[in-house]
Amino acid sequence: MTAVAERPAETRAEAPIETRPVRVKIRRYVPELNPEPYWQTFEVHALPTDRVLNLLLDIKGYQDGSLTFRRSCAHGVCGSDAMRINGVNRLACKVLVKDMPDEITIEPIKGLPLEKDLVVDMEPFFEAYRSIKPFLITYGQPPTREHIQSQADRERFDDTTKCILCAACTTSCPVYWTDGQYFGPAAIVNAHRFIFDSRDEGTEERLEILNDREGVWRCRTTFNCTEACPRGIEVTQAIAEVKKALLYRRV
Amino acid sequence: MPAVKRHSYDVIIVGAGGAGMRAALESSARVRTAVLTKLYPTRSHTGAAQGGMCAALANVEEDNWEWHTFDTVKGGDYLVDQDAAEVMCKEAIDAVLDLEKMGLPFNRTPEGRIDQRRFGGHTRNHGEAAVRRSCFAADRTGHMILQTLYQNCVKQGVEFFNEFYVLDLVLSEGRAAGAVAYELASGDIHVFEAKAVVLATGGFGKVFKTTSNAHTLTGDGMGIVWRKGLPLEDMEFFQFHPTGLAGLGILLSEAARGEGGILRNAVGERFMERYAPTIKDLAPRDIVARSMANEVREGRGAGPNKDYVLLDLTHLPREQIDAKLPDITEFARTYLGVEPYTEPVPVYPTAHYAMGGVPTNIRAEVLRNNTDVVPGLYAAGEVACVSVHGSNRLGTNSLLDINVFGRRGGIAAAEYAGVATKAPVPPGVESQVVATVQRLLESTGGDRVAEIRSALQNTMDMNAQVYRTEESLKQAEEDILALKARYVNVAVTDKGKRFNSDLLEAIELGFLLDLAEVLVIGARARNESRGGHFREDHPNRDDTNFMRHTMAYRNEDGSITLDYKPVVQTRYQPMERKY
Ligand SMILES: Cc1cc2nc3c(=O)[nH]c(=O)nc-3n(C[C@H](O)[C@H](O)[C@H](O)COP(=O)(O)OP(=O)(O)OC[C@H]3O[C@@H](n4cnc5c(N)ncnc54)[C@H](O)[C@@H]3O)c2cc1C
Ligand code: SF4
Ligand code: FES
Repeated sequence: MTAVAERPAETRAEAPIETRPVRVKIRRYVPELNPEPYWQTFEVHALPTDRVLNLLLDIKGYQDGSLTFRRSCAHGVCGSDAMRINGVNRLACKVLVKDMPDEITIEPIKGLPLEKDLVVDMEPFFEAYRSIKPFLITYGQPPTREHIQSQADRERFDDTTKCILCAACTTSCPVYWTDGQYFGPAAIVNAHRFIFDSRDEGTEERLEILNDREGVWRCRTTFNCTEACPRGIEVTQAIAEVKKALLYRRV
Repeated sequence: MPAVKRHSYDVIIVGAGGAGMRAALESSARVRTAVLTKLYPTRSHTGAAQGGMCAALANVEEDNWEWHTFDTVKGGDYLVDQDAAEVMCKEAIDAVLDLEKMGLPFNRTPEGRIDQRRFGGHTRNHGEAAVRRSCFAADRTGHMILQTLYQNCVKQGVEFFNEFYVLDLVLSEGRAAGAVAYELASGDIHVFEAKAVVLATGGFGKVFKTTSNAHTLTGDGMGIVWRKGLPLEDMEFFQFHPTGLAGLGILLSEAARGEGGILRNAVGERFMERYAPTIKDLAPRDIVARSMANEVREGRGAGPNKDYVLLDLTHLPREQIDAKLPDITEFARTYLGVEPYTEPVPVYPTAHYAMGGVPTNIRAEVLRNNTDVVPGLYAAGEVACVSVHGSNRLGTNSLLDINVFGRRGGIAAAEYAGVATKAPVPPGVESQVVATVQRLLESTGGDRVAEIRSALQNTMDMNAQVYRTEESLKQAEEDILALKARYVNVAVTDKGKRFNSDLLEAIELGFLLDLAEVLVIGARARNESRGGHFREDHPNRDDTNFMRHTMAYRNEDGSITLDYKPVVQTRYQPMERKY
C-alpha cells in the first residue's frame, strides 16, 4: 500500500529547499483490527535536515494518525524511540535521512512483547534493570557534607553513567532474543556504573546477582550492543570488566 | 464506553521529572503515595538539561546564599518573590549535598569535593565578578539528576503508574480529592482518590514552533488547573534562548560564544557589534535573542528562507572545539549535518522555559487567588510559579527549583495527608474525561491535529516570540480563537483503545490552545518590557504600573479575566538591570 504525502504548503511542498521522496516501509501491528503484523509503505518528501523521526511524525500527522510509536525529546537524550531501522537498532531521532537510502525499513525492537506498531512492552527491560539494584548502597553514617571522591575514581565509571535506558543494546543481543531471562547488556551497564563507583558498598550483593545463571556469563561478546548504543558507551567492555570483577572478586 | 477503575492513596503525584520524583521520595517515605506519569520516569525532559545546578557551596571560592539570592532577584528583573528566592538559595546547599549522597556523580575538584563552575548572571558580592557556583556532572547534569532520583525511587519502592495521562483534577468541597487518568496501554479510565495531589507536569514549550522542549511538554498540568477555574500566574513570561539549532530548536550551550564563537548574518557581518558595541556576542540572553530576530526580520537572515543567523566557530582551533565544545559539534553534525570546523552553524532563538505557571506559595501550596490556598493541592517545578524566576530565569536555577520545591511539596503534601480527612469524591467525577474521550473518538471532523498544532506554533513564533507588539499579539489572539473554533472538529483517525497516541495528541493540543491564549492575553495587557517579555511599542520597564504579577482567571463562558498580585519584596529594591 502506498500513500503520497500531502504536506501543508508552508512546510514542504512549496519550500524552496529541495525535498527528496523517500519510501518508508513500516512493520505495523494493530491487534484490535488484525491479529497479524503487516508491512505498509508510505512516501514522504524528506527535507535535507530530516531525521527518521520526522518522517514518522509526518506520516502520523498528515497520512495516518493511527501510526503508533514513542517519542519525546527528539534529540537523543530521553531514550523513547529505539527501533530497528534498516535492520539496525537506532534512535529514530538521531538518524539523518540524508544518510539513508531511498527506501527505509522500520521495525520495532526485538525481544520485548509487541504491543502496537513500533511500541513494545518495556516492563521486562526495566525489571531486569531494577533487579541489579541500580542505586548507591552505603552502610554506616553518611558524611556531613559530600562523600570525597578523587577525579580518577570519578572517571572510572564515567562511561556507564551516560546510559539513557533506551534498550537498543539489549534488544540487539542474540542471547537476549533466545533467552528472555538473560539480564541483557543494559542491566549490566547499570550494574557497572555502581560496581565501579568508589562510594558504593554494594558490590558483593550486586556481583552475586550477576553471577546468576541468567547473569553476566551468558554474554557471548558479539559486540552488537556496543554498535547499537546511541550514547557511544563501550558496552562490551563494561560487561568484560564486570566479568573480571566476578572472577577476581575485586574492582 | 471505556472501563473505569478506582484507586485510593494518601498522596498522588502527577509527573515523574525532577520535581515529581523529588516529591515522591519525601512523600512515599511518610504516607501511601502513587506517582502518575505520562512518560516512563527516565524519559522526562529534566534529562535534557546540560549546564548545572547552582548552590553556594563555596567549594572552590568564597560564596554565600545571600549573593545567590541577589543574583536571582536581579536576573528576574525584580519580579521575583524575594521570600521564595531566599528559601531556594538557602536550601540549595542541602539540595546538592542530598543529591550527592543519593549517588549523583558530580564532577570533582582535585581535593575530591563537588566541583563548581561559572554560569551567566551568577556573581560574587552583588555583581562584582563572576563566581563559580554551578555544580555539574559533565554536560549532562539534568540526565544525572533524573537518573539518580529514579534510582532512589527504585530503592525506596516508589509506586509508579507509567504512561498514565492525568486529564482532570478532582476537587470536592474546595479541596483536592484526586485525579482522573487515561491509561495509554488499555484506554481505560482510572479515578485516583487521594487526600493530597502534587502537580509536577513541567512546561509548555510546544506552543511554539522553535523550542528546546520535548514533544510531550504540552502544559497538561497548567491546562487542567486552568479549566478548574483556578488562576495561572505570569504566563506571558517565556524565556527564549538565543542559540537553538535553526529549524529544530535543539539547544546549543552558551559556552560556544564564551569560547569565542561569533554570530553573523547572511552577508557575514558580525551584527552584534551594532546592537551591543562593547560586549557584542556575549550580551545578555534576551538582548542577543532580539538582535538575531531583528536581523532576520530586516531581511539579513541566512539560508534559503533567510530565517536564521550563523554561529561561526570556524576561526577557532580544532583542538579547542574538541576540548571545550564537544556537545555543539556533536549536535550540529548529527542534526544539521554541518561540520563546525569548516562551516558556520545555523541558529535561531528557541523557546526554552516557562517562568509562569500555577501560582504557589513557599510551601508549594496552590493558590486559588492572591492569598488563599486550595487545601490538599500542591505544585512544583516548571508547572508552578512560586515565583523564584520572576520575568527571566537565571541559568541553573530550574534544576535547583525542582529539587527544593519538589522536596517541599512532597513533605507538605504528606504531612497534610497525615492529618486531613478525605474529601468525599462525588459519583461520576470521571464523566468529563469520559465524554471528552468519547467525543474525540466519534469525531468525524476533517481538521488534523498536526495542521492545527502547526498553525498555532507558527502564529506564536511569528507574533508572540522575542518581539511583541499590540498588533502582533492581537493577530496571535485572533489566530488562536480561529484555531480553537477549528479544534471543535478535530479529527482523530485512530479509533482503538490500545496505545491511542492519536487521541492523546488531540487532547494535548487542547491544552496548548488554552495556554497560548492565556500567554497572549497576558502579554497584550502588559504594556512594558521586562525580562523575557519585550514589547516594541513599550520598550521600557514600567515599575509604577507593572511591578506586579499577572493573575489570569478563566470565566465560565471561557473568556479570560486578568488580575494582579503584588511582588514580595524583602531586602532588595528594584534597580536598573545592567551587567
Ligand atoms: C535543553 C534544556 C536544557 C536545560 N538546561 C538547564 C540547566 O542547565 N540548568 C537548569 O537549571 N535548568 C535547565 N533547563 C530547565 C530544566 O531542565 C527544566 O525546567 C526542569 O527540568 C523541569 O522539571 P520538571 O520536573 O518540572 O518537569 P519535567 O522534567 O518536564 O517532567 C514533567 C513530568 O510530567 C509528566 N506529565 C506531564 N503531563 C502529564 C499528564 N497529563 N499526566 C501525567 N504525567 C504528566 C511527564 O511524564 C514528566 O514525567 C533546561 C531545559 C531544557 C529544555
Ligand atoms: S547502554 Fe546504550 S544502548 Fe544500552 S540502554 Fe544504555 S544508552 Fe541504550
Ligand atoms: S525522542 Fe528522545 S531519544 Fe529520541
